[in-house]
Amino acid sequence: MIDKTTGSVAQAVADIFDGATVMIGGFGEAGSPIELIHALIDLGAKNLTVVNNNTGSGHVGLAALIENQQVAKMICSFPRTANSTVFPDLYHRGDIELELVPQGTLAERIRAGGAGIPAFYTATSVGTPLAEGKEARSFEGRGYVMEHGLKANFALVKCARADRYGNLVYNKTARNFGPIMAMAADITIVQTGAQVEVGEIDPEVIVTPGIFVDRIVTVANPVYESRLVNDGRTYP
Amino acid sequence: MSAIAMTESPGWNREEMAKRAALDIPDGAYVNLGIGIPEKVAQYVPEGREVIYHTENGLLGMGIALETDEQDPELINAGKKPVSAIPGAAYFHHADSFSMIRGGHIDICVLGAMQVSQAGDLANWSTGSPDAIPAVGGAMDLVAGVKIIYIITQHCTKTGEPKLVESCSFPLTGKAVVSRIFTDLAVIDVITEGFKLVELAPGVDLEYVRQRTGCELIVESDG
Repeated sequence: MIDKTTGSVAQAVADIFDGATVMIGGFGEAGSPIELIHALIDLGAKNLTVVNNNTGSGHVGLAALIENQQVAKMICSFPRTANSTVFPDLYHRGDIELELVPQGTLAERIRAGGAGIPAFYTATSVGTPLAEGKEARSFEGRGYVMEHGLKANFALVKCARADRYGNLVYNKTARNFGPIMAMAADITIVQTGAQVEVGEIDPEVIVTPGIFVDRIVTVANPVYESRLVNDGRTYP
Repeated sequence: MSAIAMTESPGWNREEMAKRAALDIPDGAYVNLGIGIPEKVAQYVPEGREVIYHTENGLLGMGIALETDEQDPELINAGKKPVSAIPGAAYFHHADSFSMIRGGHIDICVLGAMQVSQAGDLANWSTGSPDAIPAVGGAMDLVAGVKIIYIITQHCTKTGEPKLVESCSFPLTGKAVVSRIFTDLAVIDVITEGFKLVELAPGVDLEYVRQRTGCELIVESDG
């Protein structure tokens, strides 16, 4: 029998190791798997490379993971956010590495990684400082740069509903990086708002097919980053 | 140029700039609006036109912001502000969203600018200052992939430096990507030969715009 259900967020992240590359879903707080991130803080794995569009806000979730000195390198498109001081402080002190990637290139690198495509060409960033040092090539008279597919040891993803096969549906714009990160990681760990029986999700509306998912843990009432930040909360 | 003219700041205000730009968005267009003044364009689309707004975090058919009690923290725009979804809207993941952008499916994108060069180069993501944290988001994808790039910007910086320049001193977002610029003083096209005046804002004369533009401004009647 296939059952990807895991009993707790702690169990779900228990094998994330020092030096791992971890993709974390979410665009701002939408889709941020905050309970899984907090479990990763409890676990304490260090020297991580984290892939996320942003760098978190306040002192909870991704920002707290960074603040806890567990992240050696961020791969992201927009490391500045309102209420974000953790990453900027570490960056200015030279205590964290940043690989800045245009947002669409970041998404496509993740998709390519998950699809077995080692590299591809894109017109994005041609003629800008972000193209420097990259292999350039012309197709049909237009310039392109080569970008590499991106893979990870683990992905942490948040969804709205899941079944024990790992079939997922998301909530609105919280979908963002979830489906592609699920494809690109060796081990994809999903926190779901609800777990349903196999067959309850119409096959026509499944967004992430279960083949891309390894573990499911139910977090029925997830917290929201903005509410924790407004309340001045910190983690741990 | 008198000191009085300076303090009165003739021309369009932010709302009027957005309103003017909205006139140039045709019926049926798929449009991506940048953060800031470009966001306001959605309020001014002339009656009778149906425009679909794309927000790159994963929604086509973005609607207005809802009242606080109706907001969903997971229904937001690219500026991470709560929005709504219109009937007929669609959600999708980031790679699909940027395929719409990079694959040339979005018709028009309206962005802000730090500088635009007469060749249509755009700088709008970084001052290049060594102590600034670089952040690019989707700007480079938008200018590389969207068919028409409109810019809404003040004609000059707060310290009076021209933003329309011969060549950009700030790091580029893209080369030769801008089609049309809506400033507080004028509407200006980027053509092969350089900047070409399309329209002056009410109460603004040509000389006033020329003095505040960092390079030549082509005017039709110049011959």
